[in-house]
Amino acid sequence: MGFKAVVLWTDVVLWLMLIGLVQYVRVVRRDEALRATWQRVFVTPAGMASAVVLVVMLAVTLADSLHFRLALPAVNGGAQAYDTRTLSVLDLGLRKLIDSRENSYSRPLATYGFTKETVPPKLGEKPVLDENGLPALPKRVFPRLKHGGAGLQDAERDWAPDVAQRLLAGTAGGVAVALLLFALWRKRMGEDNPLAWRAAWMTASCMALLLSWGVALSWGQGYHVLGTDRTGNDVLYSTIKSIRTAFVIGSLATIATIPLALAFGIAAGYFKGWVDDVIQYIYTVLSSVPNILLIAACVLMMQVFIDKHPELFETGLERADLKIFLLCVILGVTGWAGLCRLLRAETLKLRELEYVQAATAFGATPWRIMRRHILPNVMHLVLITTVIEFSGLILYEAVLSYVGIGVDPSMNSFGGMINQARGEMSRDPVVWWSFASAFVFMVSIVLAANLFADAVRDAFDPRARVYRPVKPSAKAVTA
Amino acid sequence: MLNYVLRRLAYGLLILIGVNLITFVLFFTVNTPDDMARLNIGGKRVTPDQIEKWKVERGYDKPLLFNDKLSGADKLTETVFWDRSVSLFKFDFGRADNASAGDIGYQIRQRMGVSLQLTVPLFLLGLLASVIFALWLVMFRGTRIDFWGVVACVFMMSISSLIYIIAGQFLFSRMARLAPISGYANGLDALRFLVLPIGLMLLASLAGQARFYRTLFLEEAGKDYVRTARAKGLGEVRVMRAHVLRNAMLPIITSAGGLLPGLFMGGLLTESFFGIPGLGAYTIDAIASQDFAIVRSMVFLGAVLYILSNILIDVAYTWADPRVRMQ
Repeated sequence: MGFKAVVLWTDVVLWLMLIGLVQYVRVVRRDEALRATWQRVFVTPAGMASAVVLVVMLAVTLADSLHFRLALPAVNGGAQAYDTRTLSVLDLGLRKLIDSRENSYSRPLATYGFTKETVPPKLGEKPVLDENGLPALPKRVFPRLKHGGAGLQDAERDWAPDVAQRLLAGTAGGVAVALLLFALWRKRMGEDNPLAWRAAWMTASCMALLLSWGVALSWGQGYHVLGTDRTGNDVLYSTIKSIRTAFVIGSLATIATIPLALAFGIAAGYFKGWVDDVIQYIYTVLSSVPNILLIAACVLMMQVFIDKHPELFETGLERADLKIFLLCVILGVTGWAGLCRLLRAETLKLRELEYVQAATAFGATPWRIMRRHILPNVMHLVLITTVIEFSGLILYEAVLSYVGIGVDPSMNSFGGMINQARGEMSRDPVVWWSFASAFVFMVSIVLAANLFADAVRDAFDPRARVYRPVKPSAKAVTA
Repeated sequence: MLNYVLRRLAYGLLILIGVNLITFVLFFTVNTPDDMARLNIGGKRVTPDQIEKWKVERGYDKPLLFNDKLSGADKLTETVFWDRSVSLFKFDFGRADNASAGDIGYQIRQRMGVSLQLTVPLFLLGLLASVIFALWLVMFRGTRIDFWGVVACVFMMSISSLIYIIAGQFLFSRMARLAPISGYANGLDALRFLVLPIGLMLLASLAGQARFYRTLFLEEAGKDYVRTARAKGLGEVRVMRAHVLRNAMLPIITSAGGLLPGLFMGGLLTESFFGIPGLGAYTIDAIASQDFAIVRSMVFLGAVLYILSNILIDVAYTWADPRVRMQ
């Protein structure tokens, strides 16, 4: 079957980022000082464990960033047409979750629907009569799900043994992966390896176990592990799809702040005088506007532009993608003031140092001095700010979505899920599962990002290292 | 001192002009007044007469930046930009674009009090709670209490404030029925409606602030004068309060002062979640209904408050640390 590759803006940027990351890793491997600093990140169990979580999430994001549209069966003589739905490589793996769509809400692992439905009498069936001899009212019953536990003969009797069997299989799979990883990493986990490989193994094993449970429970004629939402879509699927949105917002928006902050920050600190005055004026103006209002203003303008140019997009996804891309650009353009201020202060300090004066004495141009002597020495600030901002922006996305200036409503995102959950939590009986799964996944990502950011800051910021909390038992060993 | 404040105010005026320019460019050049009129009158058939009438009512019928039909200074003053800017600087916000929303200045005056009822207790309690919590952690630095306290902080920081609000409303209002889910009443009754939002936002903001203050206090606690204070026999509590806290005042003022403009703008999320008719809910409604006149006014108001609170922060420095001089 043919297909047509779809290249989205955010896909391009994400893959470029990956190339940049690989390049950076190569630089780090060659540079001894950098390697030693990064080693300090992975010595701490928290740093290592969070890195494992983030790498897995990044893999999901990248798998979700190769898009294509399947070819539709050719109509005689017509041009080749393509499906309006855009799929990603990740969707191929999750095909089962997409296809097993129910009618409405269902609880996690349910075999029956969540709300009662009226069963219409079957065609040709004799109408049931009540005691007065009149046709009885149609019955309202919990409908049997089309896909949840479809293989069970008797849903009530067979449910528990089936789930237990699947859980057992899942556990076996998880343990097998854990043992495999142990065999692979055994040498690294030895006493002489300073890196926290044991933490990496434990995190990876836990994730493998969860993943394996998820696969075993939904495999074949399995269940909806996290239930279904109002339109019957699998909640697990929309949660996994939300990971990409969170990653795109977190990484793209921070990266978008860097060019402006670097250019303005270093220029202001190096040239001082009127250049400094002008740049300070610009960022004071920007930061005196309440952030959310500035973003709202820009997003509303973007909305107008997109509404006026419907011809630019072939599918709804391309439209939603341009929206999230521009949202990241807006977040970048409105959010560079903080980093810029840091870089300016650092440059002011650096430009008075002897080696910069020596470079000036040798006749190096300002451009060369800024690029060769100042830029490498402020990069640690950029790195620290980037990793700290990452988690903050994922949280911010939820707020923006609530205000109505976040990502496109058609796009899966944690903010969107939480907003929907707001209404679901006030239903009776309460629909808690989409809220719970958004909560768990979001907290895992943000917590991992926060812990990783802390480890990076401790390693790269000499001032911060002293204040790291030391676990009492660990201190006794090092002392 | 007075000289310094005056100079800062003058610079603030310059910043306000910049803010005004940005918002004007954002709101009027991308979206022409005609577009806004069409959007606000709504409906499929909008006649040019209706648009003209709408524009005249709101004073949008003049050229945007430059009036070439007139001569002299009128070329610049008989424009939408001039009218809007001058009226903003006089704090005359005019009418909302949306006909039912009414006079913006009146709404702001009505709602500011409501917002302050929510945000001022939240600000004070939050500052108090996080400073005490951070001091407490630093007192037990290097122990299990400190370690698990920081772990709890990092975990709590990783939870979206939306989740605090939704889960809190569910637990305390629906399950335990301790407080009304949402709503507002005037006078003393307001307390009943405000307890839950204040408590939840306190919880949501506590961890981040406390962790930040903890690093500040730790930095001070490692210094020589603290050791001297302990050596002369002061109790740990007194060392914390009189020495560590007092010397970490400047960064605390900076970060707490940064929250001041937010006090008047109200809690964006809290107010709309709990149905409190303050400025935050007003702003969110304006964004949702794309009412640019209100958003513009709020941007301007926010900028004014930001500038004022920065001056206030600088003045507070001299109070906290006599070594700081105004120049």
